[in-house]
Amino acid sequence: MEIFTKKDDQLLTSPEAESSKTMQRRQFLRYAGAGTAAVGLFAAEACKKDRNDFKGVYLGSGDIGILNYAYALEQLEAAFYIQVVSNSAFATQFSADEQNLITEVRNHEVLHREFFKAALGTSAIANLTVNFSAINFASRASVIAYAKAFEDLGVSAYNGAGYLIQSPTYLTLAGKIVSVEARHAAYFRDLVAPNTFVGQDVVNVAGNGLEYDKTPQYVLGMASAFITTKINADDLPTS
Amino acid sequence: MDLLNIIQEIEKVDPEFQEKISPRRAAIKNITSFGSKVAVAAMPFALGSLFKKAYAQQSTTSIVAVLNYALTLEFIEYNFYNVGLNGSASAGLKATMSANEVAGLNLITTDEMHHVTFLQTVITSLGGTPAAYTAASFDFTAKNTFPTVFTDSNTFLAVAETFEDTGVRAYKGQAPALLRNKTVLTAALDIHSVEARHASHLRMLRRARMLAAGTAVTAAIKPWITGANDTGITAVNGSYAGEDNVMQGGVNVATGLAAYNTIAGANATTSATQAFDEPLDMPSVLAIVTPFFK
Repeated sequence: MEIFTKKDDQLLTSPEAESSKTMQRRQFLRYAGAGTAAVGLFAAEACKKDRNDFKGVYLGSGDIGILNYAYALEQLEAAFYIQVVSNSAFATQFSADEQNLITEVRNHEVLHREFFKAALGTSAIANLTVNFSAINFASRASVIAYAKAFEDLGVSAYNGAGYLIQSPTYLTLAGKIVSVEARHAAYFRDLVAPNTFVGQDVVNVAGNGLEYDKTPQYVLGMASAFITTKINADDLPTS
Repeated sequence: MDLLNIIQEIEKVDPEFQEKISPRRAAIKNITSFGSKVAVAAMPFALGSLFKKAYAQQSTTSIVAVLNYALTLEFIEYNFYNVGLNGSASAGLKATMSANEVAGLNLITTDEMHHVTFLQTVITSLGGTPAAYTAASFDFTAKNTFPTVFTDSNTFLAVAETFEDTGVRAYKGQAPALLRNKTVLTAALDIHSVEARHASHLRMLRRARMLAAGTAVTAAIKPWITGANDTGITAVNGSYAGEDNVMQGGVNVATGLAAYNTIAGANATTSATQAFDEPLDMPSVLAIVTPFFK
């Protein structure tokens, strides 16, 4: 049905347009590598003494898998903003008002991370190792561009995974979080350029006015450029 | 009265609706007949569970009912912006706004128009009859609660913000009714986040105006919702009731998460209310928007 058609070719934007394509290629290559590692895990499971050879995390299946998927993204966002706020350039690159609001964004993301960790209990994946070498934390332009990218990606991730959740309670919790991520996204987009809070790269502004949602596979492919830990998402629900 | 209209609309597509909720039908009517604050405050929970029970299993008719509810809210939003920005008195209102503010509001208007068209199309494709409203259906002063809504842009932006924040809560509240429905739930979520983007943008417009007018930074409204009604307008308390909730999934997120508290410090409770937007059930939302119908 045409009205439900989504654009699936949207890509994470980087602040430096010329490096964008290189980055995207690298992200997908990295994700391909993660897929190989995942195959390795299953080989290891057949021979359990080798299991520790897999240096990564396994999201799991069902609702636990989706919650761990969200937990992984919240870990990434929280780690990003902790580094933003603690950077010595934060006080000079941002106005007092921006510092106030971005510090609150950091608090929200840390809270989301800790909430998922508590909710998942022993099912929670381990702490992920992040790699932000592409981000210049001393640069306002770099910080807000990546903040926008992470928030937009988070919204598209929650929107795309909602129907995979089986528990109405978990679905509502995801809904409570995604709209806050969308508020963050709009804030950072308007910092990057006025009146881009519903840009055509994230919302079908010329058609049905719906946000573009993304599959876990797409989102993890994008996120893998910033996460060193291998993530095995093979058992996430697909329907 | 629109609440009863909506129930009638649902009955058009679901003739058994009345039977499904008949034990409480008299009570529903009482909301509008007497308008007791106690009754209105107490009823949503009873009605909420009643809707849940009536539609425990999704059917096409139940999905159409949810979509018509969403469509009704989109009609309110679209007509509100369209009258304000393109109506006969719009020149005066726009004269009190900057070009940038008007440009952003035009983007929102277009989104809401597309949401209306989209929902009409989906409802028709499911064999339902889309709800139909025009600008003439509405009284955007809300029975003179906001008499300057189309002449004073501060009021216009404040009402716009509460419509968007309420819309976010309304879509969120319907998500469980669309559980596991790849097409319809995903579409609803894809609208839900767009409404949240609108709300954030409108809140920043208001924040910028407040700061320019000398309001303390800490008192000014933020892109996210802090506590139960941070708008400074008591008439919209209902739109924010429960937004101060800090219990999520059985965890007190303001006090129960050590690593978060270490980082958030004294702001832990404030940030905890901001970090989770709360849903609203259908009767609560309908009670909020009722004054905006003629």
